[in-house]
Amino acid sequence: MTTTAPLTHRDLVADTARRVVAEHPPESTPRAEFLGACFDAGLAWVHFPRGSGGLGVEAGLQDVADSILQGAGGPVPFSINPMGYGMAGPTVVEHARPEVAAELLRPLATCEELWCQLFSEPGAGSDLAGLATRAVLDGDTWVVTGAKVWTSLAHRARRALLLARTDPDAPKHRGLTYFVLDMTDPGVEVRPLRQMTGAAEFNEVHLDGARIPDTHRLGEVGDGWRVAMTTLMNERRAIGGGSSRRGSGSIGAALQLWRERPDLRTPALRDRLTALFALADAARLTGERQRVESGDRPIGPEGSIGKLVGAELNQAVYDFCMDLLGVEATLYGSYDPPDGVDDETDEHAGPHDVQRAFLRSRANTIEGGTSEVLRNILGERLLGLPGDIRVDTGRPWREVPRG
Amino acid sequence: MVEFEFTDEQRALREVARDVCTRSAPEEEVRRLMGTAEGFDRAVLRRLGSDVGLLGLAVPEEHGGAGAGLVELALLAEETGRTLLPGPLVGTVALAVPALLATGDDAVAKELLPGVVEGTTVLALAATDDRGGWAPAQPSVAAGAGGRLTGEQAHVLDGAAADALLVLAAADDGPALFLVDGDAAGLTREVQSGLDLTRRQARLRLDGVVARPVGSAAAATAAAAVATARRTAAVVLAAAAVGSAQRMLDSSVEYARQRLQFGRPIGSFQAVKHRCADMLVDVEHARSAAYHAAWAADAGTDDPELAADLATVVTAEAHLRVAKSTVQVHGGIGFTWEHPTHLHYKRAVSDAALLGGRAAAAARLADAVLEPA
Ligand SMILES: Cc1cc2nc3c(=O)[nH]c(=O)nc-3n(C[C@H](O)[C@H](O)[C@H](O)COP(=O)(O)OP(=O)(O)OC[C@H]3O[C@@H](n4cnc5c(N)ncnc54)[C@H](O)[C@@H]3O)c2cc1C
Repeated sequence: MTTTAPLTHRDLVADTARRVVAEHPPESTPRAEFLGACFDAGLAWVHFPRGSGGLGVEAGLQDVADSILQGAGGPVPFSINPMGYGMAGPTVVEHARPEVAAELLRPLATCEELWCQLFSEPGAGSDLAGLATRAVLDGDTWVVTGAKVWTSLAHRARRALLLARTDPDAPKHRGLTYFVLDMTDPGVEVRPLRQMTGAAEFNEVHLDGARIPDTHRLGEVGDGWRVAMTTLMNERRAIGGGSSRRGSGSIGAALQLWRERPDLRTPALRDRLTALFALADAARLTGERQRVESGDRPIGPEGSIGKLVGAELNQAVYDFCMDLLGVEATLYGSYDPPDGVDDETDEHAGPHDVQRAFLRSRANTIEGGTSEVLRNILGERLLGLPGDIRVDTGRPWREVPRG
Repeated sequence: MVEFEFTDEQRALREVARDVCTRSAPEEEVRRLMGTAEGFDRAVLRRLGSDVGLLGLAVPEEHGGAGAGLVELALLAEETGRTLLPGPLVGTVALAVPALLATGDDAVAKELLPGVVEGTTVLALAATDDRGGWAPAQPSVAAGAGGRLTGEQAHVLDGAAADALLVLAAADDGPALFLVDGDAAGLTREVQSGLDLTRRQARLRLDGVVARPVGSAAAATAAAAVATARRTAAVVLAAAAVGSAQRMLDSSVEYARQRLQFGRPIGSFQAVKHRCADMLVDVEHARSAAYHAAWAADAGTDDPELAADLATVVTAEAHLRVAKSTVQVHGGIGFTWEHPTHLHYKRAVSDAALLGGRAAAAARLADAVLEPA
């Protein structure tokens, strides 16, 4: 038993999931239709209100639904539409006007519309609130100009979560506004960026007079930072939340490699893998405990623990795998960017996928908030330690040095 | 020779090496060569050889070289590491030449070494097994009747480009070295698709290849010659790691100075500043261990075997840590293909696993120091 939720809620979720699977057998139902049925039944995000893809129950019960749906062969929507499921859904349901949420959530849930996150800029990474992309109101339409960078999946996304500056004279956190952008707008140009794995998962996005109806603003004008917090907390939870199954995730890959390759084992490596397993399981249990303890409260800064540990654990696990492989670790499949339909993730089952995952893990301590920034959050927000002495918060954004 | 004190000649040599490496291997050129079939430029090799005399540094004078030692070779290696100069230097100069010299086979040395010194001959030492294991007790290539070689080896450094290869094979009296022509009938070579695109490894298939035994009965056994070569190459790889790590430290510090976030240079944040300080410590340790190994070999300041293993363990760890920190300090940019850091990172990962890897070096080091007799 992994939750203290009343049995009735758990039963409701399980019964609903079983009914969806019975009425829409995953193997014979098209993906979008199956995911649409899940949404309509309230299983996309069980903690969302009824009618918005949820059942209004504890978020911790999502696992109950997912294990039944995916156990029956259903798709894993988070891996198809990660920014959509992990961040856009929770942000839209909390901050969009009801009619806009109703328009956006279902195609998101069916994965007919993929989402991306237009936050980071060349001059604003860790210092997200320092961003420079401008949005100016023209009648009832916002006109957006600027440059975003590191935008994962922008090349396939239909919609974007966009944070832009609407008041350069306000202190930086107070001059931001949050929007949902249609990526097919003619003012949007996406250019792929290649990463060290060879793949081009992320992009530069140039916004040159892109237009957004005011109805697609989330939250009040100037209140974008607060809305962005919803997104970032959910991002960290989505990245760091980990699985509730022992031995899944990257540690699972290491255990599998260990079992497949007895020829490579040494006592020193055995000790290392044991220590990594213990760390992975402590992180898993901490995630479980947080889910139970938070009940239906939204996740707070404690979610950053999972993101911090998960990122560094992934790196340590793949370091281990490479050391286990010995000289085989010096090989690589191909750095040519993969093309075609299969580029949904950077993970390619192939003879050298350990090496690829190893390289990919270097980004884990950067994407979704760097480990340094997360340690600041833990120190300041959870432990109440004094913050850095700030030179950038008390004055108008336009006067703060950037570069 | 006072350890760590370079002579004027050695300092001048470092300048020459830095100059030629910087001019021959600007980053665009390294990237261009990464995509070519052979992976390096033969003209650059000739420049390093006949023009500036760097390839013959550790070749005895009687074979046209400079008769210098490992200290000099290490200085050159450091510069090739700084620039990631692509080319078969490790296979040729750091592995095949010392192995050949250790066999005491004068006739073969006379034939091959002048070409090495000129930069016209590429050599490789094929001393792995068919899965890439270094210096197997039971070689996976066997010498049959008439000295014909049959078998496979993998992860042979510079094996595809080599004009001639020294191949470790099982003979009647145990493992022995044989000379094989690069274009010998029955030899097929396939470049292995590598993590580090600036070094090439090959899989060799030998099917009754005509070969010549190398070595004089009086000289070291093949196993000892391979061990000598490995020790030399370990020092060269260690010195190259120092150059590469120094380059990354420099770029991290520069970036930490100029990149502004929260209205301040990121280097003003202690998390970043301390990371840079740790990188400095790593680079300093790596440099000490690499230079010490070179001096131990040339001047006997320490047991050369122990010093080489120490250098491998210290520099491989330092190189890897510095590379990871460099990515981290640069944030998203450090993860891109366009940024040079990944080239150094992949070099660090790959070099740490070559020639038996740092795990084997650590095991030998443990045997030498943990339970002294
Ligand atoms: C694979 C990948 C995918 C990404 N996907 C997206 C995406 O889809 N959408 C999006 O908007 N962004 C995305 N990002 C961007 C990501 O959020 C940023 O890279 C990240 O926030 C860091 O910003 P930066 O790269 O500008 O580094 P910088 O912020 O410049 O950081 C450089 C270094 O300085 C350190 N540093 C900065 N400030 C402090 C401080 N106050 N205290 C201590 N240290 C500090 C950092 O920790 C880091 O080590 C992605 C990044 C990667 C690598």
